[in-house]
Amino acid sequence: MSMTFPQMAATVALVMLGTVITRALPFVLFPGDRPIPAYLKYLGRVLPYAVTGLLVVYCLRNVSLTSAPFGLPELIALAVITLLHLWRRSTLLSLAGGTISYMLLVQLVF
Amino acid sequence: MKKKAFFAALPHCLPVCTGFLFIGMSYGVYLSSLGFSFLWPMATSILIFAGSMEFVTANLLILHFDPLNALLLALTVNARHLFYGISMLEKYRGTGRKKWYLIFGMCDETFAVNVSAEPPEGVDRGWFYFFVTLIDHCAWVTGATLGGLVGGLLPFDTTGIDFVLTALFVVIFLSQWLAAKRHLPAVTGVLCSVAALVLFGADNFILPAMVLILLALTGLRKRIEREEVQPQ
Repeated sequence: MSMTFPQMAATVALVMLGTVITRALPFVLFPGDRPIPAYLKYLGRVLPYAVTGLLVVYCLRNVSLTSAPFGLPELIALAVITLLHLWRRSTLLSLAGGTISYMLLVQLVF
Repeated sequence: MKKKAFFAALPHCLPVCTGFLFIGMSYGVYLSSLGFSFLWPMATSILIFAGSMEFVTANLLILHFDPLNALLLALTVNARHLFYGISMLEKYRGTGRKKWYLIFGMCDETFAVNVSAEPPEGVDRGWFYFFVTLIDHCAWVTGATLGGLVGGLLPFDTTGIDFVLTALFVVIFLSQWLAAKRHLPAVTGVLCSVAALVLFGADNFILPAMVLILLALTGLRKRIEREEVQPQ
């Protein structure tokens, strides 16, 4: 390792600072009872839906559709989750079913 | 009041805890393979609590000291959290001093649970959000520390277990879809992200995706707000 301990500690502190800034900025700009502009309120209502979509794509970003296994384990597991969820609407069942089928697929099939 | 909120929060955290224990462990194992003692995964997971950024930090720590790069990387890798803050501005209001911990601990998974879960009747919202955050944080630190202690000595094949977090986001997406009156925001999020992924590639698509989402939602505002006033 080429860094001294204070340099490593400073690196961790700066990463921590950067992370906290991205999380805190909206709250710092609009503290307590300061009115939130209508545009931001609108974003606050619609972003949760859009951002969940972004997170799903983010998790699947390294899946290759052009080389084997062509995203099949992910696709099958997503289908299992969707069907289980439409059937029972139970978060834990959908999660367990999807994850276990994915693990079986990547360990035994593909 | 706190006890009630803790037990209301616990079941919401189980999926995240499963994922965090194993991914936290892989983070700890990774750091120990680079020659760090278990104190490093423990300390960094307490202080940073942002999974992907911690893996990036591990790589920063074995290179030459570059403080500006560390700060800029954290800002860009975590820029998506800005959207979480905007989404939680109203929900986290009136939670008192706990609010600062809620903000500190707002990682992807904690945000996704808190933005979509409704605390049951009679449970204090602030304490509910607090315990979701704290339980997730503890699971992450526990996993990372264990991983740093044991190295790569797990007794069974866990390949693929990290899919539990993908599955979590998919389930939250489905629940939101089934509960929402309008689907345009969700569709916008997926389409903009896929477009950015195709255009910019897996390593650089988050910021362009955020810009596209902002532009699209801003352009669609009139239409979406009209639908809000007239529920179908």
